[in-house]
Amino acid sequence: MKDLLTNKNRSVSKEVKPLLDMKGVKKAFGTNKVLKGFNLQLYPNENVVILGKSGSGKSVLIKCLVRLIDIDEGEVLVLGKSVPDLKQKELDEIRTEIGFLFQGSALYDSMTVRENLLFPLRRHAQRMKGQDEEALILNTLKSVGLADAIDLMPAELSGGMKRRVALARTLILQPKIILYDEPTSGLDPITSNEIIQLILKLQSDFNTSSLIITHDMDCARVISNRVIILLDGINYAEGSYDELSCSDDPKVKAFFKEVQKRQEYAQ
Amino acid sequence: MRFSIPKSISDFLYQTGDVSLFAIRFFQQAFRRPFEWKELLRQCYTIGYNSLFLVAVTGFIMGLVLTLQVRPTMIEFGAVSYMPRMISISIIREIGPMVTALICAGKIGSSIGAELGSMKVTEQIDAMEVSGTNPFKYLVVTRIWATTLMLPLLVIAADAVGLLGSYIIESSKGDVSMTLFFNIAFESLSFGDLIPATTKSFFFGFAIGLVGCYKGYHSKKGTEGVGTAANSAVVLASLLLFVVDFFAVLIADIFYTI
Repeated sequence: MKDLLTNKNRSVSKEVKPLLDMKGVKKAFGTNKVLKGFNLQLYPNENVVILGKSGSGKSVLIKCLVRLIDIDEGEVLVLGKSVPDLKQKELDEIRTEIGFLFQGSALYDSMTVRENLLFPLRRHAQRMKGQDEEALILNTLKSVGLADAIDLMPAELSGGMKRRVALARTLILQPKIILYDEPTSGLDPITSNEIIQLILKLQSDFNTSSLIITHDMDCARVISNRVIILLDGINYAEGSYDELSCSDDPKVKAFFKEVQKRQEYAQ
Repeated sequence: MRFSIPKSISDFLYQTGDVSLFAIRFFQQAFRRPFEWKELLRQCYTIGYNSLFLVAVTGFIMGLVLTLQVRPTMIEFGAVSYMPRMISISIIREIGPMVTALICAGKIGSSIGAELGSMKVTEQIDAMEVSGTNPFKYLVVTRIWATTLMLPLLVIAADAVGLLGSYIIESSKGDVSMTLFFNIAFESLSFGDLIPATTKSFFFGFAIGLVGCYKGYHSKKGTEGVGTAANSAVVLASLLLFVVDFFAVLIADIFYTI
């Protein structure tokens, strides 16, 4: 049976093999069990948003996907390959297929914007063979609207600009999947909205799939094809944003109420 | 009755083991391709050239002060003609390498600790890793190589400027020409003075780089973690320098007994 997940103008077929597949993932730090059997699939052209309270293990989850953190139990498949079993060289290759936008942008502060973009490019010259480095950097910066900032240092950029440059650095190797860790955190509502629109534009331009971790309900509502609520270390609820926001489940209801309250308070 | 090791001792042992593993990891990766030549040269410039002025000034003052302090006693014993000999041996054998290493532990050790610490806190190291770069090789191996290679050069510079400072005092207080002063100073030196001093400078550089990188790379999250990393890098590196110096002198004593 063809199962279609639809949201806004996008449709995703579940018949296709998932790009990311997590099965029964468990992770504990000492006695603190963060993930207790988490499952996740990300399909081509899909935007999956993971919502959860602070400290619920959202960031741990995406770090497990690129093996920045090793899992204790379970299975993590990226493009069909088991990430925990990969050798370092294979892992580096698979990491080039995954872009990672860090919460604080994580730009190399001793390098200019150009050098920040050049860094992954030089490391994987083989992958971008035949392409002019300078043109590629300039085009990628143009796509995030920051071609003028090419020679600036990260310290000279605003929070929103940093996020855009980080996005450009993520895109420069043309990955198939992009992982966003709180892409709008620390930004004002206008800049947040700009970043959300940019993510959507870049996704259609570069044809990528995204896994987004966020607290920002506006971001989740606009971007998501599918939302997963991470509660008590498991994927507690799953569905479209509209479905979940109207859910009768007491825990989901309480979660949405609490997050909205916090957002209103913050505003 | 159950015997338990005091926490401070177990922490010390744990940290010693951890630093040793960090050093082993360095040796495993230091001679493996790909080599980060560009970053190594950049670090050599940052660590070597940028520390040169400080080290030279310290060396110069060290030469001045040492000569001023020792001269009256030497005059008392009628041995003022031994001044160049005494100064050159003491500077080149011990004071030059040790003072330069301590200055570098403060300047270089803290800057490496703070730089890597802040990179860790702001997830720059993670970003490097997910971009398919080995951050240990790029950040740690290059910095340890740079300190190891640059410290002996800085020591040579400090020794030279220290002798110059000593000559200035000698010539202003007594009657000695530059040629005579340096002739006596160099004549009194043997390989037994130069080789152990230069060799231990490599180890001093290695210790400073290793501790700075270890503390920064394992910095705890938050700005406090960065401060602690920088501070403890200086404290631990300085302590380690004295331990290295003790063993260096002990070994030199076996091979170069006069």
